[in-house]
Amino acid sequence: KKTTISVFRPLRFPISFLLRSLHCRPRVTQTSLPFAAAAAAAATARRAQHFAAMGNSSSMLTQYDIEEVQEHCNHAFSQQETVSLYQRFCQLDRSSGGFISADEFLSVPEFAVNPLAQRLLRTVDGLNFKEFVAFLSAFSPRATLQQKIEFIFKVYDSDGKGSVSFKDLFDVLRDLTGHFISEEQREQVLKQVLEEAGYRKDSSLVLADFVKILGNPGLKMEVEVPVD
Amino acid sequence: MSDPGKLNTSSSELDLDRPNIEDYLPSGASIHEPHGQLRLRDLLDISPTLTEAAGAIIDDSFTRCFKSNPPEPWNWNVYLFPLWCCGVVVRYGILFPVRVIVLTIGWIIFLSAYIPVHVLLKGHDKLRKKIERYLVELICSFFVASWTGVVKYHGPRPSMRPKQVFVSNHTSMIDFIVLEQMTPFAVIMQKHPGWVGLLQSTILDSLGCIWFNRSEAKDRETVAKKLRDHVQGSDNNPLLIFPEGTCVNNHYTVMFKKGAFELGCTVCPIAVKYNKIFVDAFWNSRKQSFTMHLLQLMTSWAVVCDVWYLEPQTLKPGETAIEFAERVRDIISVRAGLKKVPWDGYLKYSRPSPKHRELKQQSFAETILRRLEER
Repeated sequence: KKTTISVFRPLRFPISFLLRSLHCRPRVTQTSLPFAAAAAAAATARRAQHFAAMGNSSSMLTQYDIEEVQEHCNHAFSQQETVSLYQRFCQLDRSSGGFISADEFLSVPEFAVNPLAQRLLRTVDGLNFKEFVAFLSAFSPRATLQQKIEFIFKVYDSDGKGSVSFKDLFDVLRDLTGHFISEEQREQVLKQVLEEAGYRKDSSLVLADFVKILGNPGLKMEVEVPVD
Repeated sequence: MSDPGKLNTSSSELDLDRPNIEDYLPSGASIHEPHGQLRLRDLLDISPTLTEAAGAIIDDSFTRCFKSNPPEPWNWNVYLFPLWCCGVVVRYGILFPVRVIVLTIGWIIFLSAYIPVHVLLKGHDKLRKKIERYLVELICSFFVASWTGVVKYHGPRPSMRPKQVFVSNHTSMIDFIVLEQMTPFAVIMQKHPGWVGLLQSTILDSLGCIWFNRSEAKDRETVAKKLRDHVQGSDNNPLLIFPEGTCVNNHYTVMFKKGAFELGCTVCPIAVKYNKIFVDAFWNSRKQSFTMHLLQLMTSWAVVCDVWYLEPQTLKPGETAIEFAERVRDIISVRAGLKKVPWDGYLKYSRPSPKHRELKQQSFAETILRRLEER
């Protein structure tokens, strides 16, 4: 996930430097503006590495890029929203490395005070733009219930083994409640609630279980992307 | 939980500066129905917390405060582009050299008057102070002229009285110059490196300015003491404080630090609002050094701003310093058309304290325990 500097970075740098020094900034292009066309030509030459090294140019996102990102996240976001997300990505990625580090996420105080921030950081550290949008696609109003449940499952199943153990449930509950409940009480609550739902303490939950438990009556997990 | 990265969690001292942020933050809507048996679903359903986290990632009010808003490009057109090019030529080729000349003349006059006065009149302090004040006002006017500053002052001019303190919102270091042009304030500022620091330690010292260092925690008490002493003295220059503690982008105000409001004297608010059509005067210290910022100002058309001197306020009986600070912030924000944001400006340099996270955890824990009892 961490990137290598794209070979074509030196080519892009003079263009963006020139534009910035003239106080111009090309908009996201869907037309044939001269500067943007040059950038598009450079972009087609290195598809694979493109998202790995966005560089420090803001709004230099071509139509190809947007469509590629949309495909990757199953069209969860419209083109406008993808552009807004890109602007946000560049804003957060202060070191312009093409990815957002954990540190840069934690510099958003509203995120840092969230109880699940540390757990999410494990998934979200070092994401490039495509992966960033894919991560957020679960929160789009167009995402299906299945996608949302899968997202929650992945948050619980942080080591990716496909099942959620008692320890995972316990850890998340600890993150959410802090030191306001004692360890024994937590265990007791979890055991009680699991047994009531028909599971034993040592049984591990898989995605299908999550779907059964959370599927009815559905989840509300949506965020609106501001579009100017 | 260990925090990766080089920012430290802010010390608990800074917590006292903030009123309850929970009043402002979008409250995670009560997660469960308030009554009813606790089910596995209720524990597994972390969607409200995740929604808040994703909302913070997508857009948050703190980062918005520090976003520079450069003007929209308007010149992508066959006939506008040459016009804009002419503008660039005029700005860089004609205006900029003229401004540099004006500024150089100003500095020459200032230094040739200041150095003799400073050295020769060492014995006659009152006279020396008076002349130095006048000279600093002069050099500030030269600075303002070098950006073609058009400043409109509204309201009664500040008077030199003891036991009063001036507070203002902060957009850039030029705020100080704009305000200093009219009245010789003594300001409390972060000690900067480079040529700014040199200016600070020589010329601004003579005005009675106070320096502090953001990164030193112990500094706070010494600075608080210096503030109190300065305010009590009767022929010290009036003290100007920027309680936000950092430069904000002139669309928002962050929370005021209570230090200025517990000195036991009248607080006179000043509101400063820049007109963005001509130039965006926000100094984004993360992106630009002060020199670059000044150069940017000198190569734009003009710096237009409004300064309002507002009615002096005193601590009402039964009001805490924090409430007083919020009240004054309200007054300034309303006057200058700024939006209030519940974050501490110092979060630019440090992480939020665990207290806020603990509040959320506490409320969730209490809901669980309560519903557990209800079985």
